[in-house]
Amino acid sequence: MFLGHAITIQQLFGQLLIGLINGSFYALLSLGLAVIFGMLNIVNFAHGALYMMGAFCAYFLLHEFGLNYWWALIVAPLMVGAFGALLERTLLARLRGLDPLYGLLLTFGLALVVQGLFQNFFGASGLPYAIPPQLSGARNLGFMFLPNYRAWVIGFSASICFATWFAIEKTRLGAYLRAATENPTIARAFGLNVPRMITLTYGFGVALAALAGVLAAPINQVRPGMGADIIAVVFAVVVIGGMGSILGSIITGFALGVVEGLTKVFYPEASNTVVFVIMAVVLLIRPAGLFGKVA
Amino acid sequence: MATAEKAPPTLAVAGLNAWYGESHILHGVDFEVRPGEVVTLLGRNGAGKTTTLKAIMGIVGKRTGSVAFAGRETIGLSSDRVARLGVAICPEERAIFASLSVRENLMLPPRVAAGGLALERIFTLFPNLAERLASGGGKLSGGEQQMLAIARILRTGARFLMLDEPTEGLAPVIVRQIGATIAELKREGFTILLVEQNFNFARTVSDRYYVMEHGHIAIGFANADLDANDMEQLHVRLGV
Ligand SMILES: Nc1ncnc2c1ncn2[C@@H]1O[C@H](COP(=O)(O)OP(=O)(O)OP(=O)(O)O)[C@@H](O)[C@H]1O
Ligand SMILES: [Mg+2]
Repeated sequence: MFLGHAITIQQLFGQLLIGLINGSFYALLSLGLAVIFGMLNIVNFAHGALYMMGAFCAYFLLHEFGLNYWWALIVAPLMVGAFGALLERTLLARLRGLDPLYGLLLTFGLALVVQGLFQNFFGASGLPYAIPPQLSGARNLGFMFLPNYRAWVIGFSASICFATWFAIEKTRLGAYLRAATENPTIARAFGLNVPRMITLTYGFGVALAALAGVLAAPINQVRPGMGADIIAVVFAVVVIGGMGSILGSIITGFALGVVEGLTKVFYPEASNTVVFVIMAVVLLIRPAGLFGKVA
Repeated sequence: MATAEKAPPTLAVAGLNAWYGESHILHGVDFEVRPGEVVTLLGRNGAGKTTTLKAIMGIVGKRTGSVAFAGRETIGLSSDRVARLGVAICPEERAIFASLSVRENLMLPPRVAAGGLALERIFTLFPNLAERLASGGGKLSGGEQQMLAIARILRTGARFLMLDEPTEGLAPVIVRQIGATIAELKREGFTILLVEQNFNFARTVSDRYYVMEHGHIAIGFANADLDANDMEQLHVRLGV
């Protein structure tokens, strides 16, 4: 379809890049959701708030403790992940065996509380977080300028996603995780400490969200509402990919980021809705999602 | 003999009650298994045999009474702690993990003690498994699933095995192979609690039997001195 305006190659690649960046965040966030959903059978509505906490954590580490971006990449996921593990132990663990709806309500409530508290203390406007000096600047690829920080975000997210996939699908620890996901009762009867695995899995999924938050801090500003803004799309990504599918969440995350970017080039009016349109179509044709197992 | 008398039973179950939610299934189960024995629980469908194994393992909803393993009370322990004391279960539904390869299934249960069977030994007992290591756990035949379900608990060093109807629905040649395996494990000093509906199979491997009825032990026999009267009892209670 020709839409009456010339599309330059710079525009195309520019939007592709933005799409890949967004896709990096979608992939990291939906991957965490998939890991959590697989093991806990809970749709973690607090995910956006925890992503936001990761970004704030990076901000405070820098301004209160003088720990730079590179430290934040390690410390923020650990801290927010530990907070997640605590939430699981003290609150979510009590819902085990109940209808998954309770988990959804609890995490949704937690998201509102956390976001409300941050808004109360920091206001709705954003706090700036500078790009680390090692990654400032851009390189000329001939057909476009590629900002170094953006290249880093895409490469680093893809590596983390791949490492997570590898750990779950190819290692012994991952086999424990898959076994406990598939049949927790028998896995436990073989001596695996399943409750502890559940806590650590939730903590890990949360740490992925916090990591995404740190990566996002220098791109968008650090704002209490940043999680709520992105999470609706991320849930659509999870539905499209198929609940609980590890590889599905990664591929779908990156792919939908790109689709969104391309839509901005070819039909900008639809760029905010295209993901939801795809979600509706997928739900009609393949309700279990593109990578989900059809029951 | 004096020392053997003093050694506590491998498993001593006393006054065991168990529930699934609101349904009260076990009503005071009492029996014991001594070191090195193969003891078989017999009983009609729904008598509570599987529930007894699950209650020993700690995977029923609620249980009361006493389950002592090698003299140690386990009624208050979670199932992972019971497993780590050296109790291993081969469940009735086999519970092979479809999301794991055969190799991963085999290697899944963590080691709980020294003295588990080496992999080569396991592959001599079950040669078919060696050829299927890379397959998905969901791709095995019924017989292969059963072999894998037994094989994976032999590696762990657990010396007390609970096998729930390991011959159910299998071809005679595989039933014989499993019978030979149980006899071999007994020779190696494993203690085994078997659940069987097939008395003729149980007879070839068991030292003693208990017959379950309606959630408790109705009667016990030793294999060595089964007489015509005992056979009559078994006939009445089991229809064998
Ligand atoms: N998960 C469950 N929830 C509720 N009731 C159950 C459950 N599992 C079994 N029961 C009931 O408990 C009783 C005992 O069942 P159990 O499986 O222990 O019998 P069994 O002796 O192993 O029988 P079978 O020879 O058919 O395997 C049966 O009445 C059964 O219907
Ligand atoms: Mg049974």
